[in-house]
Amino acid sequence: MSADTIAPAIELKGISKAFGPVQANKDISIRVMPGTIHGIIGENGAGKSTLMSILYGFYKADKGEIFISGTKTEIPDSQAAIRAGIGMVFQHFKLVENFTVLENVVLGAEDGPLLKPSLAKARKQLVALSEEYELNVDPDALIEDIGVGMQQRVEILKALYRKADILILDEPTGVLTPSEADHLFRILRGLKDEGKTIILITHKLREIMDVTDTVSVMRRGEMTATVKTSETSPPQLAELMVGRKVLLEVDKTAAKPGANVLEVTDLKVTDAMGVQRLKGINLTVRAGEVLGIAGVAGNGQSQLLEVLGGMCTGTGSILVNGEPIDLSGKNSDARTRRKRGIAHVPEDRQREGLIMDFYAWENVAFGYQDDPAYSKGLLMDNAALRADTEAKIERFDVRPANPWLNAKNFSGGNQQKIVVAREIERNPDLLLIGQPTRGVDIGAIEFIHKQIIALRDAGKAILLVSVELDEIMSLSDRIAVMFDGQIMGERDPSTTNEKELGLLMAGVTETGAAA
Amino acid sequence: MDVMPRWADVILVPIISLLIAFAISALVILAIGQDPVAAVKIMITGALGSTYGWGYTLYYATNFIFTGLAVSIAFHAKLFNIGGEGQATLGGLGVALVCLSVDWPHWALALPAALVGGAVFGAAWAAIPAYLQAKRGSHIVITTIMFNFIGLALLNYVLTNILRPQGQMDPASARFPEGANLPTLHDILAPIGISFSKAAPANITFIIAVLACVLVWLFIWRTRVGYELRAFGHSQPGAVYAGISPVKITMIAMLISGGLAGLMATNNVMGEAERLVLNSVEGAGFIGIAVALMGRSHPFGVFLAAILFGFLYQGGAELALWASIPRELIVVIQALVILFTGALDNMVRMPIQKLFLALRRSKAEG
Repeated sequence: MSADTIAPAIELKGISKAFGPVQANKDISIRVMPGTIHGIIGENGAGKSTLMSILYGFYKADKGEIFISGTKTEIPDSQAAIRAGIGMVFQHFKLVENFTVLENVVLGAEDGPLLKPSLAKARKQLVALSEEYELNVDPDALIEDIGVGMQQRVEILKALYRKADILILDEPTGVLTPSEADHLFRILRGLKDEGKTIILITHKLREIMDVTDTVSVMRRGEMTATVKTSETSPPQLAELMVGRKVLLEVDKTAAKPGANVLEVTDLKVTDAMGVQRLKGINLTVRAGEVLGIAGVAGNGQSQLLEVLGGMCTGTGSILVNGEPIDLSGKNSDARTRRKRGIAHVPEDRQREGLIMDFYAWENVAFGYQDDPAYSKGLLMDNAALRADTEAKIERFDVRPANPWLNAKNFSGGNQQKIVVAREIERNPDLLLIGQPTRGVDIGAIEFIHKQIIALRDAGKAILLVSVELDEIMSLSDRIAVMFDGQIMGERDPSTTNEKELGLLMAGVTETGAAA
Repeated sequence: MDVMPRWADVILVPIISLLIAFAISALVILAIGQDPVAAVKIMITGALGSTYGWGYTLYYATNFIFTGLAVSIAFHAKLFNIGGEGQATLGGLGVALVCLSVDWPHWALALPAALVGGAVFGAAWAAIPAYLQAKRGSHIVITTIMFNFIGLALLNYVLTNILRPQGQMDPASARFPEGANLPTLHDILAPIGISFSKAAPANITFIIAVLACVLVWLFIWRTRVGYELRAFGHSQPGAVYAGISPVKITMIAMLISGGLAGLMATNNVMGEAERLVLNSVEGAGFIGIAVALMGRSHPFGVFLAAILFGFLYQGGAELALWASIPRELIVVIQALVILFTGALDNMVRMPIQKLFLALRRSKAEG
């Protein structure tokens, strides 16, 4: 049969959606053929998630039509989407932590008021599904006891149990190790072979190239192209996403490391719940080098940045330029850290690094509000602050170049540029930088990477935390891998590879000898 | 980009809310067989038609400015201070103690001392809930409400057992000395040739209240602590990142808030009653919440909203006096205004935002 005679599994015609003045989706049309894996790629804020939310009934499109297997379908809510055979695996799992896998799968799809028959029936199906697709899930395990990779497979099972023929996955690999991601892709290929249709939303070019059959590129709410994956290349996709040619590799010379700027010995941090998140960290960062911390999110990297940045307390010893730092929190906080020459680009810029409802110029003083340059007697010198902001906007090419815009009205990349400009222009001895390019468009990634390398070349120490292995590999002069609150080992980026780092990230150390 | 121009956000939306509240009030008045037009006439002439009316309107407004500013400051730090009532009650105690402690020779000496007394007592009453919130995480809404009752009970005890002059029956303090009596607007305006009602209680604290609006504005938007307070209010993790101590900011915000509520006592206790009586605050602490909501926690908005509520209070009293409209109905009208301008703000805001959006679109396309 030729493609013309089979109805597409999903066809969207002329979908438009606006949120206030923001046109999130503009006249989008797309055809996804059954039994294929279709990738949707685009920068953050390009409108991918909005489009999928319309398909899943979370939002109502302003204009446009949805066809499922050739039939025009109205999807007013997610129940209707499930009835139409659409299943969705969200970026943030929607599982009940203290329920078992089985209970989570049945939740919301019970047959009657009594649970027992539903659970018995579900158990049978679950085992069958689990075997059929190599999902390896224990139905009686509690969600809180299983890893993120398995939790994700429970989400997939939930969709399959609800008879989904079309599976949408939103940024599924963000929380996975490389090997878990490979496992996921094997499952997706298996599902495809069974005739399921899969839509994979991602901003990672490599995943698109690895697993999809066709790929659609979105930019600024518009669908800019749909191409066969086999007929395209990462540079071409990147160009389609950004609208211009992009340098994917970071251009840098060898590091010239100097004296130790940061020396951390036996650093331990216990969180508010009483869980030990750092279990004795030892590391050093020298002037003029980038130490990259690789690891799957949630293995203590956040706590490492927070304790170094003065946002939480800990025990052990931290020396900055040979001088100790108080870790008890009694005589020090984020403010005193800054005075010691530590700048901090936090992992979550929207929660921590910026006040979203403040103007851009107000955010430029954030953390440095007691800088004498920004004050005039008892009052703040807002004119000086605004002048400084305008200069920073100019140097860091923040768009739109308007200091009177609230932080929330900038795109992710431009928000990050504001934070990076604020921290880097303090000319710190040590820069802590977490997830520098999370949710940042490709054009801004390139710019931010250049700034980090420029600071390194100026002889400053940089501690980089990122869950993006590509970023760690291309920016770091040394790589330390964190797992479960400990450093599993250090590697040289020029001699290591993703597989070796992936094993360390999963807590496997035996390969150390082989390296 | 903001959806609406600022004037629509700050002026248009409250005015429409207000008109809806008045329209429903008119329906209620009609339903009980009275004439709403006549009622409006009575309210306007009663509250704004004479310097006597104005004198009362501004007197009430002065109370509401202080309590409204108190709620606003705390609200900028995302702390909901429901305790204005208790803090103003205790402020009254502070003012009374100051006024009774010395035989003041002149009000110009008594007023600054009373301002300090009111502010310190009000702040102290806010300090305990603030400390419990900052250090123990006890929710400030709950604790400040409880402190309203404790404050009233405390005042009751102090008045009946300590401050009540011997032989006096009612639970009230002695009269303040002559030298602690504040000049009314009549006294202030007479030298410059403006005649103002002698009988109205509006006094010099109205000017203090206006000054407080300016100072609060400066504090919130022009000082470093105000910056930190707003940042803390928007994002607590952000505040920690920026080296702003949540404990310190919670204490500062609540102390200023309680202090402002306490300042109100210079108006009602020192300026009007000239002695301390039980329940002198008369709900102004709670009206302050509505005033802050309607004024969008901006000192200028608080000023306008306070004048409006002053008008409603005075106009309502006149209505009860001159029309056969029951006094309870005045409470209904005030409640409707609070409901529409405060609680149901978004009900009006959303359609207007949509309207502006449609306007902008058609302009962009046309």
